[in-house]
Amino acid sequence: MEIVNLILSALSQGMLYAPMAMGVFIAFKILNTPDLTIDGSLVFGMTVCAVVTIAGHPVLALVAGTAAGAVAGLITGLQQTKLQINAILAGILTMTGLYTVNYMVLGGQANLYLQHAELNESGSEVFVSSNTIYKMFASLFPSWDNTVAVLVLTALLVAAVAALLCVFFKTRPGMAIRATGDNEEMVRSSSINADMSRVLGIMIANALVALSGSLLCQQQRYADLNSGSGMLVVGLASVIIGQVLFGKRSVTLGVISAVAGSTVYRLILQFAYKINMPSYAVKLLSACIVALALSLPLLRRKWSLHKARTAARKEGSV
Amino acid sequence: MNSKAQLTITHLTKKFEANSVNEKTALLDFNLEVQKGDFITILGSNGAGKSTLFNAILGKFLPDKGSILLDGEDITYEKDYKRALNIGCLYQNPMRGTAPNMTIEENLALAYTRKSTHRFFAVNKKDSAYFRELLASLDLGLEDRMKTKMGLLSGGQRQAAALLMATIAKPKLLLLDEHTAALDPATAEKVLRITRSIISERGLTALMITHNMEQALAFGNRTIMMDSGRLVLDVRDEERAAMTPQKLVELFSRSARQALSDRTQLSVS
Repeated sequence: MEIVNLILSALSQGMLYAPMAMGVFIAFKILNTPDLTIDGSLVFGMTVCAVVTIAGHPVLALVAGTAAGAVAGLITGLQQTKLQINAILAGILTMTGLYTVNYMVLGGQANLYLQHAELNESGSEVFVSSNTIYKMFASLFPSWDNTVAVLVLTALLVAAVAALLCVFFKTRPGMAIRATGDNEEMVRSSSINADMSRVLGIMIANALVALSGSLLCQQQRYADLNSGSGMLVVGLASVIIGQVLFGKRSVTLGVISAVAGSTVYRLILQFAYKINMPSYAVKLLSACIVALALSLPLLRRKWSLHKARTAARKEGSV
Repeated sequence: MNSKAQLTITHLTKKFEANSVNEKTALLDFNLEVQKGDFITILGSNGAGKSTLFNAILGKFLPDKGSILLDGEDITYEKDYKRALNIGCLYQNPMRGTAPNMTIEENLALAYTRKSTHRFFAVNKKDSAYFRELLASLDLGLEDRMKTKMGLLSGGQRQAAALLMATIAKPKLLLLDEHTAALDPATAEKVLRITRSIISERGLTALMITHNMEQALAFGNRTIMMDSGRLVLDVRDEERAAMTPQKLVELFSRSARQALSDRTQLSVS
C-alpha cells in the first residue's frame, strides 16, 4: 500500500510540474534558446494566482497566473529581439527583476497562505482557507482520496494543455516558432517576422511555467517567494529524461515526453527519499542528472574513439 | 523610367566602417534597371560588391545613398522579412535556405503560406498534393520523402528543395548567389538545369552571381560585370551573342588591372 501511495504522490507531483517541463521544452528544445526567466516566472504565476485565489476567484486565478508568466516571457523576448541582449542575460535580468515584483505582489512578505478572514456565527473574525479548484473538484467526488483527486484534475488539465500545444505547433504561427529555433534566416526568407515568432514562443514557454506555479500554489495552498530557485534545472532534467525515453522525432512526441519525463523525475525523487536521501540533496541530484545527460553523447563518442584507437594500436604492434 | 522595369536601382552607395582606416566602399553609385522577365548573370572578382548588392536588395542593411524600386514600389527602407514576400533568394551554402529539423513538407509549407490563404493546419492534404507535384518535377525522388527531415538530404537535394522554397510563392525577383558553387559538378549541373527550367516556366525575373564565364553567357539574356562596387560591363542581345568566354576573361582581367592600377595610383599620390 505504501508503494501505491508513493507512486500516486509522484504521479501527481509530476503532473503539477508537467506544464513547466513543456515550457522548458519549448524554450530550450524548440526555440533553442536558454531562457533563465523560468525560475522567476514560476513564482510570478504562483504569487499572482495566490492573490486572485484569496480574492475568491480560483479559476480566474489560474488564468491570471498563466498570463503573468506570458508577460514575463514578453519582457525577456523583447530584450532578446528589440534590444539584442544576450538570451541568457535577458532571462537573468527578468528573473532578478521579478523577485521584487513577486515580493510586491505578495504584499511585502516572503510567503502567503491561501486563507482569508471571515466572521463566524458568533461575530468574531476567523481565518478560513480560500476556495481552490482542487477543493471544488474534491467536493464533487467526496469519496475520493485527496491525492487521487489532485492527480485526476491536474492530469486532465495537463492533457488539455498538451493537446492544445500539439495542435498549435501544426498551425503556421506554431510552425514558424519551430523554424525560428531551427534556422532563423529561413524564417525571414519566408517573409515571417522571426522576432515576433521568438517573442511569442518565449511567452508561451513562460506562460506554461507560470501555469505550473499556479497549480502548485492552489495544491499546496500557499505561495512562497523562494520556490522558484533551481526550477529550470528540474525542468531540464524532466525534458532530458523524457527524451531518453521517447527519442526526439517530432514535436508532438516532444510535448508528450516532457510530461512523461516530469513524472519519471518525480518517481526517481520519491524513491530517493524512500532510501533516506535528505530533501536538501534534491538540487545536487538534479544538477548531476542534467550534467550527465548533456555530456553523455560526447562521452560515448570519446569512448568509441578510444576503443578504435587501442584496437588500431594493437594491430600495429603485431 | 520604364514602366516595365521590375527592379530599378539608382545611385546605390554603401560604405562599411565609414570614416575609419578599414573603410570599404562596397557599392559606389550603382545603377541597374532590370526588365520584367530578365535573367541576368553577374560576374565580378571577389570583393567586387556582388553579394553586397544582393544583401542591399534583400534589406540585410540600409544603403548610405540611393534607392531600390521593386515593381515600381520603393523598398529601400522596408524590413527584410517584408521584402521576402516578393523576393526569393538562394545562397552558396545549401544549409541557409532550409530548416534541418523540419520535414521537407513543413519547409515547403512555411515558404508557400507566405502568400497563399492560410488553412488551419500549415501542412494539409491539398497543399501537400501540390508540393508532391513540385518535388516530382525535380526528378530527385524527393516526392516520396516528404516526411523526411531536411537535414538528412544531401547538399544538392537540399539546394534543389531550397530553390523550390524560394520560387514557390511566385516572387517578383529571384536572387541566386553562386547557388551551385558548393556542389559537385554533376549535382551542380542538375541544379542549374532545374533553375533554368523553373525560371523559364514561371517567367521569373532573376539575377544570378557566378564565377564561371561560360555559365554567365550560357544562362539568361543579359550579363553584367561589377568591379569595386560599380557596374563595369553590361552586354545583351547581339553584343552578348558575339561574346565568348575568352573575351569576357579579357575584359574581366582588364577591369581588374584597371582597378589595381587605380589603387596603386591612389597609394602613390
